[in-house]
Amino acid sequence: MREFWVPVATIAWKDLLLELRTKEIVTSVLVFALVAVVVFYFALRPTPQTIGFVAPGVLWVAFTFAGSLVMMRTFVLEKEQGSLEGLMLCPVSRDVLYFGKLISGFLFMLVVEAAILPVFSVLFDAPLLNPALFGVLVLTTLGFASVGTLFSAISVNTRSREIMLPILFFPMVVPVLIAAVAATAIVLDGASQERLGQWLAFSGAFAAIFVTLSALLFGYTLEE
Amino acid sequence: MPPMALAPQHDASPSPYAIETKGLVKRYGRTSALRGVDLAVPWGECLALLGANGSGKTTLIRALAALVRPTEGEVRIAGRDPFKGAPGLRRLLGVVTHQPFLYQDLTAYENLLFYGRMYGISDQEDRIQQISGLLRVEAHLHRKVRTLSHGTQQRLSLARALLHDPPILLLDEPETGLDQEAQQILERLLKDRPPGRTVVLTTHSLEQGLAVGSRVALLDRGRIVYQEQRDLLDAGGLRARYAHLVGATP
Repeated sequence: MREFWVPVATIAWKDLLLELRTKEIVTSVLVFALVAVVVFYFALRPTPQTIGFVAPGVLWVAFTFAGSLVMMRTFVLEKEQGSLEGLMLCPVSRDVLYFGKLISGFLFMLVVEAAILPVFSVLFDAPLLNPALFGVLVLTTLGFASVGTLFSAISVNTRSREIMLPILFFPMVVPVLIAAVAATAIVLDGASQERLGQWLAFSGAFAAIFVTLSALLFGYTLEE
Repeated sequence: MPPMALAPQHDASPSPYAIETKGLVKRYGRTSALRGVDLAVPWGECLALLGANGSGKTTLIRALAALVRPTEGEVRIAGRDPFKGAPGLRRLLGVVTHQPFLYQDLTAYENLLFYGRMYGISDQEDRIQQISGLLRVEAHLHRKVRTLSHGTQQRLSLARALLHDPPILLLDEPETGLDQEAQQILERLLKDRPPGRTVVLTTHSLEQGLAVGSRVALLDRGRIVYQEQRDLLDAGGLRARYAHLVGATP
C-alpha cells in the first residue's frame, strides 16, 4: 500500500508545489470562470422566479469550461517541460501516475470552484453555501477529473490537443454534468431529498466506475 | 571526490546480458528509425554507440528505456521484457536524454527529492548530498532549475539518473552542453564505474567513445553496421569508417 500511495502523494505534492510557484493553472482558470459567471449574469438577468432554472446550468457551464482548462494543463505542462518521460521512467505502475495527476487536477478544480461559489452566490442571489451542494461538487468534480485526467493524457500526444480534448472528453462527462445540474437545482429549490440522494448516488457511481476504468486504461495512453 | 555509487544490484537477473535486442524495428509512419537492431550487452560492459544524425541512436536509447514500443522485435532488460508489467524493472535503469526531465520551477534539490521519493530511496538526504557532490552541483541545489545554465542542468540530469544507483545507464549524448570539468567528471564516472554497472552511451565523439567504451558500435540508418571490443578494434580503420559514415574528412 505504502509503495503505491507514497509516489501518488509525491506527484500530487510536486504539482501543488509547482502551482504555488507559478500559479499558472488556477489563476488563468479562475479568471476565465469568473468572467463566464459575470457574463451569464448580465446576459440572463435572473429574477427570483427564474433563478432556480438558470443558476444550476450557469454554475455548471462555468465549472465545466474551467475544469476542461485545468484538465488540459494537467499533462501539457509535463509535456512542455519534457518531464513526462521522466515520470514514465519511474519504477511505479502507470496507475500511480494516474492517481497522482487525478488528485492534483481534482484539488485544482475544487480550489477554483470554492473561489467562484461565493461570487456566484452573491450575483445570482442563490443560497449555494450549503452542505448538500458540497457533496454534489465533490462527487461531480471527482467524476469529471477521473475522465479528464485520462483524456488529457490521450490528447497530450496529439498535435491539435486543444481541440481533441473537448471532442473526446465532453461526451463522456455529459451524464455526470446532467446529474450535477439536477442535483444543484434540487439543493436550490429545497425539493425532495430522496431525489437528491439518487442523483448523488449516480454521480458517486460514475466517479467510481471512471476512476477504476481510467486507472486500468491509463498505461496505454502514454505509449508512443 | 566522494566515493562512487553503491554496487549495482542485479544479482537476481536471470540473464548474462543486461540488455538484449532482437530484430528491433521502429517505424514512425513510413520512416524507419530502427531497421533490425540486434544487440547483446553483457553486465559490466560500456557500449559506445556512434552514428550520424538520424542514424537511430536516440530511438534505440528510447526503446531500451521502454519509452517507445518497438514496431517489431524485442527488448530485454536483465532478461525481462520492460513493456510487460514489472514497473520495478525500470529501477534498474538510469536514463539521460536530450531532455533533462527536470521541473524548471522547482529547485535542483526539490527535483532530486521528487525523483528520490518516486524511486523509493530510503536515505534521500544523504544520497542527494553524495550525488550532488559527485557532480559538483552542491552550490546550485537551492536554486530553481530555470535559473541554471544548460550545462548545470545537464549535470543535474546526470545526478537524477544516478540518484537511485542504477546498474544500467542509458546515456544519449550526455556530453552535450557540458563544460570541460563536467566532461571529465562524466568520463571518470564511466571509467571508474562499479563492477557490473552496464552503460550504453551514444555519442558523436569517436574519441570519447574510444576513451570510455569497452565496445564500440556504429549505427547507420537504423542498423548496427559495425561492432567490436575496444581492445580488438583497429582504431585507424574505425576512424576512417566513422568519418565516411558522418561525411567528414578522416
